[in-house]
Amino acid sequence: MSDTDSEVTNAYFREAMLEQQAPPVTETGAVKWLRENLFPTWLNAIMTVVALYVIWFILSHIGPWFLNGIWDAGSLSECRAIRDETMGPDASAACFAVIADRWEQLTFGFYPRSAYWRPTLAFVIMLAGLAPVLFGSIPRGWLTFSAVSPFIIFFLLWGGSIWVPVFIAMGFVLGAVAARLLGGVNQIAAVAGAIVVPILYWAFVAIPLAEVVHDLIPIGIRAIPSSDFGGFMLSVVIGMAAIILSLPLGIVLALARASDLFLVNKLAITFIEIIRGVPLIVWLFTASLLLNYFLPPGTNFDLTLRVIIMVTLFSAAYIAEVVRGGLAAVPKGQYEGADSLGLDYWQSMRLIVLPQALKISIPGIVNTFIGLFKDTTLVVFIGLLDPLGLTNSIRASTDWNGIYWELYVFIGLMFFIACYAMGRYSMYLERKLQRENR
Amino acid sequence: MKKTVFLGTLTAAGLVAAAAGAQTLADVQSRGNLNCGVTTGLTGFAAPDANGVWEGFDVDVCRAVAAAIFGDKNAVEFVPTTGETRFTALSSGEIDLLARNTTWTMSRDTDLGFDFIGVNYYDGQGFMVPTELGVTSAKELDGATVCIQTGTTTELNLADYFRANNISYEPVPIQTNAEAQQQYLAGACDVYTTDASGLAATRATFENPGDHVLLPEIISKEPLGPLVRHGDNEWGDLTMWVLNALIAAEELGITSANISDMAAEATNNPEVNRILGTEGELGAMIGLDNDWAVNAISAGGNYGEIFERNIGENTPIGLARGLNAQWTDGGLLYAPPFR
Repeated sequence: MSDTDSEVTNAYFREAMLEQQAPPVTETGAVKWLRENLFPTWLNAIMTVVALYVIWFILSHIGPWFLNGIWDAGSLSECRAIRDETMGPDASAACFAVIADRWEQLTFGFYPRSAYWRPTLAFVIMLAGLAPVLFGSIPRGWLTFSAVSPFIIFFLLWGGSIWVPVFIAMGFVLGAVAARLLGGVNQIAAVAGAIVVPILYWAFVAIPLAEVVHDLIPIGIRAIPSSDFGGFMLSVVIGMAAIILSLPLGIVLALARASDLFLVNKLAITFIEIIRGVPLIVWLFTASLLLNYFLPPGTNFDLTLRVIIMVTLFSAAYIAEVVRGGLAAVPKGQYEGADSLGLDYWQSMRLIVLPQALKISIPGIVNTFIGLFKDTTLVVFIGLLDPLGLTNSIRASTDWNGIYWELYVFIGLMFFIACYAMGRYSMYLERKLQRENR
Repeated sequence: MKKTVFLGTLTAAGLVAAAAGAQTLADVQSRGNLNCGVTTGLTGFAAPDANGVWEGFDVDVCRAVAAAIFGDKNAVEFVPTTGETRFTALSSGEIDLLARNTTWTMSRDTDLGFDFIGVNYYDGQGFMVPTELGVTSAKELDGATVCIQTGTTTELNLADYFRANNISYEPVPIQTNAEAQQQYLAGACDVYTTDASGLAATRATFENPGDHVLLPEIISKEPLGPLVRHGDNEWGDLTMWVLNALIAAEELGITSANISDMAAEATNNPEVNRILGTEGELGAMIGLDNDWAVNAISAGGNYGEIFERNIGENTPIGLARGLNAQWTDGGLLYAPPFR
């Protein structure tokens, strides 16, 4: 190894440092990225070209149609006249004027125009009410507002006497009081009391009481029947009501299904399997067609309300199964640990098991809700005018007969926004819970 | 003993139900509005405008009935119904009157337990083909692909007609009229068949209506009419005579323009006087005030005016009167005498 010190100038050694050179073109910048990502092999190169062609093909057809869109016209034939005048008869142009003309109807249905502020305000209150539930960073005190907000929304949408929602809300207070009072006596009596007392109160006391009080102190706004609801408002009302109501119901069902009590367990299984075993559209037909025959003649049980109840039950069955999965994933030691601490059933569920089970279930729950929200469009088959139902009604006017894609693109976009937001929220929640679990 | 009680309860329930069925007019009057079933949207027959106000040929029948009862053509709650829900909505009492371009058939009249109160539009199944096919008769359609709505009487009529004429065809099943328009325009089928009024309305929306032609053959009878529940004949009579009043008004020359003059004092035509209540007590016979027909006709005009405004030749739909002309003009409209 001593040779290395030799003073012989070797022609094979470079004496000066080479100037640093730019990397080869193929290994840098855009070219490198293209080579690695789009053209790494012959097969991929061909696929890339084909894909690019498909994208170009779609864009070159949709793009002009979209960009040439005509927003200001009174009817489809006017749209066509404007297009012929400005772009020539062969140009492809969307007639978005139908949306400009009917967006209010697509949003609010047949709701009186002078009262549009009510559903708008109700929507804002809904978002404000949901925020404390969805985001932990908001002070917990706001949860009181969340609990009250459904009643405010109900009052804003349907109107009438303010005392109806007030006395309906009282039912929950009564239930809590009954549970507290009977809780000292017996656990099962407390649960039964919490369920039976409010139901009896709602069935026999709440509405007459509200009427009496309304006669004494009449406060209220114009009542609007739910047959006037339509468009996205109807979708959101059905979807949100079902989402909010089905979550607690689904959790209770899941607990019942996991319960050791024979009757409770079997009833829950029967309910869940029957509801899940039949398509939603059948339940909607049941709500719209069959229930009429069971109710005494003359009763006019609101169709929208029937649909909300059916959709709630349907989604509760799915939520129950999702939560059951979460319950099963909680290690057995957690249940035993809770028991060994001397907690009773409700305490162990509330403090130990459910917080863990629900955390696991969140993606499944949100998934169910996204599906539920989109399923609300099925009500078109029973004659409720949701956005899809309204497209038919809008086409039935002589002004807009023959218009398709513009309406469907608009409706699709609105549903996408809502569902994408729910999906993103679910991902945010998962990331947050992962951090907490670390 | 228990059985007796049960049977007694059943009988009582049946009586209550029968009683409830026999007082539709009283129910409607105490409710303050008429619940009228319409389609969720059919061009010219029923559709909400941008303000949510329902308009159309069937809608005007509802309005005339409401006007006859309340003197207010807006005292109607329109209940959109689909093909599946319409009959249940009527028989369960959710609506009082169904005016939803429903074909009068024997089974609907008897088995389903309804009463058709007349015919407000005589329709029939027709064919539409592109002009460039050069077809002039349905009998030349051998081997054609036909767009047809599944599960309707049109599907059965088509099969019957083509079999009777020994013509082969290939059906392209579609669900809705909207889908049919798209398929037909895209060339998925050579022929589109449905009710002739629907074909005319569809053709009116095409970019080049002249490129399509309706064939002369009408292969079925589709008498479209409003209907009520069977069992309440008073209510059936009332609605039937409102419709008859609209038809008779056209025949007798009573229009929305001259009705106030004609109703102001007795004219020299006794039948006009009886309809408009300046003579006789016809209103009381159907449980209404004597100006019932004045209100009904003022709501949207006589039959001819309603026709012209919604589906007539000056509208984009452009239907000719055809079978729907008065009997005096060679049509089928024939109101019994008001006497």
